[in-house]
Amino acid sequence: MDKQTLSALAPVPAGIETEHLSRMVFDKALVSDISVQLRPGEILAVVGPSGAGKSSFLRLLNRLDEPTGGTVRLNGQDYRELPAQELRRRIGMVMQSAFLFPGTVVTNVAFGPQQRGETLTSEQMAALLERVGLAGYGERDVSNLSGGEAQRVSLARTLANAPVALLLDEPTSALDEASSRAIEELLLGIVRERQTICAIVTHNTTQAHRIADRAMIIERGRLISVGPAKEVLDAYKEV
Amino acid sequence: MFTELLNNVNIDIGRGAAQAIGAIVLCLAVVGLCRRFGVHVEREAAISIARGLAQMIFVGIVLAALLHGSLLIGALILAAMTFAAAVTASRRARGVRDSLLLSFYAIAAGAGIVIAGMLTTGTLTTDLSVLVPVGSMIIANAMNACAQSVERFRADVTAHVGYIETGLALGAVPSVAAAPYFQSAVYASLLPRLDMLKSLGLVWIPGVMAGMVVSGANPIYASIYQFVIVAMILAASAVTGLVATLLMRTRAFSTAAQLTIRPGIEKRNGRLKP
Repeated sequence: MDKQTLSALAPVPAGIETEHLSRMVFDKALVSDISVQLRPGEILAVVGPSGAGKSSFLRLLNRLDEPTGGTVRLNGQDYRELPAQELRRRIGMVMQSAFLFPGTVVTNVAFGPQQRGETLTSEQMAALLERVGLAGYGERDVSNLSGGEAQRVSLARTLANAPVALLLDEPTSALDEASSRAIEELLLGIVRERQTICAIVTHNTTQAHRIADRAMIIERGRLISVGPAKEVLDAYKEV
Repeated sequence: MFTELLNNVNIDIGRGAAQAIGAIVLCLAVVGLCRRFGVHVEREAAISIARGLAQMIFVGIVLAALLHGSLLIGALILAAMTFAAAVTASRRARGVRDSLLLSFYAIAAGAGIVIAGMLTTGTLTTDLSVLVPVGSMIIANAMNACAQSVERFRADVTAHVGYIETGLALGAVPSVAAAPYFQSAVYASLLPRLDMLKSLGLVWIPGVMAGMVVSGANPIYASIYQFVIVAMILAASAVTGLVATLLMRTRAFSTAAQLTIRPGIEKRNGRLKP
């Protein structure tokens, strides 16, 4: 068999794979030549000092920013072959702030499916809200929610799109310890039961220790190390 | 044409010169008064008076020559005005790709459609002494609408980057993600013109009507015609505001639906990085 036939028969790697992913802005490398794999059912913590390029890396994964070099493969397919809207439905993102749209919890959670002309049934909506610990919150105005509740709505809104991957950009940085722990537990449960691909940016190495299966360290846009969370984070602490 | 111009000069020059001398004497008296109080503006005042008089005589001669020209000359004057308006409006859109073209298209669309409509329906005659002043009013208001909509859209988008990118991250197309800011920009560009229409006759009596009444037109017809002009200004502003904001929205997102108007992303040389 020739090389081409062999490669066609090879199993398509499940998950997200970055290939020499880079982004330059004003001749400054925000992300430089990063190649990593994100696997279904495990949480990858993206750790590094402020301004290291953690959020920039995450934004490249669902193409909110355009790579200036390299690419991302979703289940083996170059993500630039997918329409941006479909890609972002499949790779969901939760921002540092909830950025809830004015209205009720239901209008927020229904937003994603509406973009594809779909409507969540009341059962689906109730199940989703229950899953994030907000049963009975559907008709609440989002302006009356606490920070922790707002972040749960944000997570439910992303999950309503049934994504295969979840990207979280410091989702608990503005929350108190109790709310932060509750979100962590919720996240762990969802990733395990749905076998979701998950990357979480955090500056908190203790949090990364608690929830991550693997960790990657970024400094000045470059990948310093990647591997099992305990090993990588312990080595990072020592430095 | 020049014979007529010279006749007009002969008829009006005496009266105009007398009025100008009167104005200059009054200015010099004020300069003298200032001097008594130790404010010395004699030299600057003399230069300003001389320059102002010379410039206005020159503009008068040019206008007198142009206003007897054909519709083509009128179209050229309005096109030049539109370009000048686009240059002014584009200053509010610094950092936006092709801001001058954006402003020119928007103002030309708004003012062009309305002026063409008025000419077609006979609301506006091809007489340049009417076409140019009325056209300039429409273009000037379209220019303000363009600048206001562009500035508002840019300010709203940069202030709500998180909401817009959240929408995009949930699979929304740019027109949906930026819809609230699109609407507020168009509305902001219309608001002054809506207020203008509301206060018409109550707070202000515009120049066109005053001029028509002074030159002997029926005051009721002059009032109605003034309403038509202000309504057309509103229409031109609406088209301009819509086109400017649509073009601005197109430039605010890349082909992969990425927001390009973000603090820190705008290039220092005045263009956006895609």
